[in-house]
Amino acid sequence: MQAVLTVIGKDKTGIISEVSSFLASKNVNISDISQTVLEDYFAMIMLVDITAATVEIAALSEECAELGHRIGVSIHVQHEDIFKAMHSI
Amino acid sequence: MFNTGEVLETINMIEREHLDIRTVTMGISLLPCIAGTAKKTAENIYDTICKKAEKIVKVTYELSREYGIPIVNKRVSITPASIICAPFASKSYLIGKALDDAAKAVGVDFLGGYSALVHKGMADYEKTFIESIPEVLADTERLCSSVNIGSTKSGINMDAVKLMGKIIKTAAEKTKDNDSFGCAKLVVFCNAVEDNPFMAGAFHGIGENSTVINVGVSGPGVVQHAIENNKDSDLTELAEIIKRTAFKITRAGQLIAKEAAKRLNAEFGIVDLSLAPTPARGDSVAAILEEIGLESVGTHGTTACLAMLNDAVKKGGIMASSRVGGLSGAFIPVSEDIGMIEAAQRGTLCIDKLEAMTSVCSVGLDMIAVPGDTPDTTISAIIADEAAIGMINNKTTAVRIIPVIGKNVGEEVNFGGLLGKAPIMPIHKESSELFIKRGGLIPAPIHSNKN
Repeated sequence: MQAVLTVIGKDKTGIISEVSSFLASKNVNISDISQTVLEDYFAMIMLVDITAATVEIAALSEECAELGHRIGVSIHVQHEDIFKAMHSI
Repeated sequence: MFNTGEVLETINMIEREHLDIRTVTMGISLLPCIAGTAKKTAENIYDTICKKAEKIVKVTYELSREYGIPIVNKRVSITPASIICAPFASKSYLIGKALDDAAKAVGVDFLGGYSALVHKGMADYEKTFIESIPEVLADTERLCSSVNIGSTKSGINMDAVKLMGKIIKTAAEKTKDNDSFGCAKLVVFCNAVEDNPFMAGAFHGIGENSTVINVGVSGPGVVQHAIENNKDSDLTELAEIIKRTAFKITRAGQLIAKEAAKRLNAEFGIVDLSLAPTPARGDSVAAILEEIGLESVGTHGTTACLAMLNDAVKKGGIMASSRVGGLSGAFIPVSEDIGMIEAAQRGTLCIDKLEAMTSVCSVGLDMIAVPGDTPDTTISAIIADEAAIGMINNKTTAVRIIPVIGKNVGEEVNFGGLLGKAPIMPIHKESSELFIKRGGLIPAPIHSNKN
């Protein structure tokens, strides 16, 4: 199962490193990644495979939100279908 | 990979613009529960609801965490109870109590369907049932009631309209210590729909499957924001923007509805494409109309803006869902929409303008507080006016009016939560008594004869 992980916040050093090592610790594989910085605003979108993850998507979402809180960015993890449903026919 | 802009748009809608799934409602047929006695039937009802809706709260919680979209309300609707209670109508309150207990046991905030359909005629058992409504609403917490008194096909049952004026006044009296709250749980319909997921008017029609999931989406804030970003667009362009926004909102609803149905062993029923406001700022239908260019909702131009909005929401939503139903349109409840509340307080929004608005949007006069000494015949006449709009225009109209006992124009009533607060609105003082006393049936309109 794939999920979309978004990281939004003020840019600073080490955001990708923090997030990706956290995901590795949960056995979540990163399938694709895109990142943009607009002025000081950091937006990263990852497509992650959670089939082999050690936690369910709902729990992963909560733990990522906590991680985001700790490093000062906003992190969401959502089932990819919500984006497919809303933005493609 | 997803388009960055699209992903961020969805997140923005949820985080900042109050996009949510307003309700996941499980419709349950209670026909198999009818037994020889009221007591046994009540037991069967309690057991059936507890079994079928056991997981509704858990499943919706999981869905909202997985998809990252809030699901605000979990509800149950049932077969119109007057049918269930027909053999023992004088003991209908026992069924009402069992329904309320079941709603509490499964953890839903409202259960709809303490209802009767009397649009053409009212049998004795139905009259007895309807007369039980005020007491049942006063004695229960989560039960909602509705009565269908007219339809395009059958006309308006004015005897039922007359009775409902009295029932609403009695319900207000019986809950007068609580700002006549009983009336907030009672809707009078013309052309009631059988698959409405929204309260207080939800019930599970007898033409429906045994267990279905109906979902109501919402997102006035999202539409308002989309219009805000297009200040220079003309109305043709605005209609397109609203359509596109409604499409996206509805697709989210369709996804949740299908997944919820699968996990709850129910059939996917419909998605109701409604713009349902809440008293929160940024979640208001009135604010959309004002964003289009009105200084205040209620002023000249309101009906035209609402007509355009309502139509665009339907057009965008219909393509987004395989099954559309319920009320599907913009809701304009006064107490549940901060923009409507403020316009009513200013005096810009009056009942007459609201009535005009209901001819171009879904539902009708909703959550309107009026003086507690309003005569029951005046309430009946207000119902008759709304029903006439519904009957002639082949659409659903409803009246959820609260004569707040002990309060008058200039005062306010506060129901709290999603039901919000409302100023007591002035109504016409001139009597409609002789009209209502005539009773009988207003015949169905000529254009109902389509066969």
